[in-house]
Amino acid sequence: MDIGSALFGFLYQIGDAAAFLVLASTGLAVVFGMMGVINMAHGEFIMFGAYGTAIAVRAGLPLPVAITLGSLMAGVIGMVVERLVICRLYGRPLDTIVATWGISLIFSQGTLILLGSSFPGVGTPFGSFAVGAYSYSWYRLVLMAAALLLLFALWLLVNRTRFGVLARATIQVPHMAEALGVKTRTIYSLTFGLGAGLAGLTGGLYAPTMTMVPTMGSTFILEAFVTVVVGGADIFIGTAPAAGVLGITKALFTSWQGQLTGQIALLIAVILVIRLLPKGLSGWILKERS
Amino acid sequence: MNTLANLCTFSIRRAAGARFSAVLALFGVLITASLAADPIKIGVLEDQSGDFAPATICKVHGIQLAADEINAKGGIAGRPIELVIYDTQSDNTRYQEFMRRVLQKDKADVVFAGFSSASREAYRPIVDQLHGLCFYNNQYEGGVCDANMIVTGAVPEQQFSTLIPWMMEKYGKKVYTIAANYNFGQISAEWVRNIVKKNGGEMVGEEFIPLGVSQFSQTIKNIQAAKPDFVVTLLVGTAQSSYYEQARSGGLQLPMASSVNIGQGYEHKRFKPPTLANMYVTTNYIEEVDTPESKDFVKRWRAKFPNEPYINQEAENSYLAVYLYKEMVEKANGSTKIPDIRKAIATGDINFDAPEGKVTIDPKSQHMSHTIYLARVNDDHSISFPKIWPDIKPYWLGEAGADLTKSNPHTQYTPSNPPKVP
Repeated sequence: MDIGSALFGFLYQIGDAAAFLVLASTGLAVVFGMMGVINMAHGEFIMFGAYGTAIAVRAGLPLPVAITLGSLMAGVIGMVVERLVICRLYGRPLDTIVATWGISLIFSQGTLILLGSSFPGVGTPFGSFAVGAYSYSWYRLVLMAAALLLLFALWLLVNRTRFGVLARATIQVPHMAEALGVKTRTIYSLTFGLGAGLAGLTGGLYAPTMTMVPTMGSTFILEAFVTVVVGGADIFIGTAPAAGVLGITKALFTSWQGQLTGQIALLIAVILVIRLLPKGLSGWILKERS
Repeated sequence: MNTLANLCTFSIRRAAGARFSAVLALFGVLITASLAADPIKIGVLEDQSGDFAPATICKVHGIQLAADEINAKGGIAGRPIELVIYDTQSDNTRYQEFMRRVLQKDKADVVFAGFSSASREAYRPIVDQLHGLCFYNNQYEGGVCDANMIVTGAVPEQQFSTLIPWMMEKYGKKVYTIAANYNFGQISAEWVRNIVKKNGGEMVGEEFIPLGVSQFSQTIKNIQAAKPDFVVTLLVGTAQSSYYEQARSGGLQLPMASSVNIGQGYEHKRFKPPTLANMYVTTNYIEEVDTPESKDFVKRWRAKFPNEPYINQEAENSYLAVYLYKEMVEKANGSTKIPDIRKAIATGDINFDAPEGKVTIDPKSQHMSHTIYLARVNDDHSISFPKIWPDIKPYWLGEAGADLTKSNPHTQYTPSNPPKVP
């Protein structure tokens, strides 16, 4: 086996693990980092995105359109939830945990009652390609590209648009922003909708590769929380590098000793980071800068 | 007795209110009415929600179908069957709660319980402690040697001693196993390892996957690196079943051998073809089995449950278990007491013409003989049966020296920890 194909294989595995972490955690990071809300229903928004995508594909729509519809659906449900429940709980992060946990139970059990315990899958598009002795899935490369694009688009949205400015103003000093005429309620609602929509996008993107069940969000939620905790409050200098570090750790140990070791290594890495950098990677990077 | 006393004080305390005593009197009438009919209570503890639900809801339906059929023909020894059903939610602690409840409060004569081996090992000590009788109607890793347990599911000597040699002859001797990382996967993988070695093959890899893992890129690469002739997949649960889609789209198209897929989770119906093409499974029943008995069974089932997604092997095991219990009670002259039932089992003459073929309970292990069907998944996800082995016995425990008619060790043995022969 030549070095080129071995290197590609290794990078592919890191990219795959990191893309999963990025996609799993951005929605959660937006809601936590910008609003201080700990959203335990994150996994269920992912599930809504996946189900919405699968339903749209079965209705005959092409996959990219279906994924867009799935994430829009999750986003709209997110805004409704924000208006009904979350908007009463700002500044009470512990209460949001309980409330969103309850919402997550209602969503997953409600889906189980309405749509049954399993749902026909979508099927992965594009097939595979070979490098050296190994074959790889094209769609996994699409997922990696989607993770990078998502980070870039989010950066543009927060730093280069009017919504981004208003959102940052609202998050920094809410009453000042309100005094200057910003409709903070709308901003909060949109931000939560954005977080839910990003979760839905993740669900839509992973729907073709996974078994569709009402509890499918739970396979994302551990990795999502771990990445956000390691990253700290900032999405770009926190979540992204955290996904990179954890992705490398997981890929290295999984290729060495299998999935179990990979998971153990991931969690040990999390404990080490939290012990050494209590404010996460972004807190540490900000401290180094100042 | 304690509960009866509690009930009395309860009713006396409440009797102060006239309305309550009227309600109680009504209950009294209902209780005497049902006492006159004197039903046999079958507790049913199966997962109707959670991770395992797609494979296990039909087990409840199988029990309901059998109970209806038996009740329509006069019940067990003239007594109707009453089902007490709880949803265990794919959660081991629920099994423990409900097992206590169904034995102590509901006073079930027999309990049909459990899908995963972890759940069985969670409730089994409670069955032993409360001297209950429990049917485990599920294929599993084998070795449970416990007089309070009757197992109708297939065991490794039935599924692997048929499947693995057949696969090695057809595809080659290099084998890679991926298995769910808990007692079922570990012990099944041990069986595969031993059979491969005995037949002159080589294990080129073995990986245990934690339950709940849904991303398999690295596992797929590890398999490709080891270059096996076929892969033994012993994955469990909906998260792990994402493997097949990812393996296919990753270009891994090796033949697969399994004891859990198709026969439980009907993956060939749920996944888009050709994700599972070229998978071989040994199962004691699936709805595609093409015999008159099986077709008639499917017809009766669909008449009662028209929306059933699939009738899997555990559905058939659960169905036939009710008939086997009927056979036991009737052989015990209508007694549901465990010593009488065990005497009936010890005769070695408890059998039933099930949809799969004739099945018999082995008195030494209280496991069951099976017809084993080798099911192959074709490119369009239809099923063909390249081979059928009739009357495969659950021989391992007996050959290893266990004999429940003589001693009751309440233990689960494994090939590396066999019974100690005196």
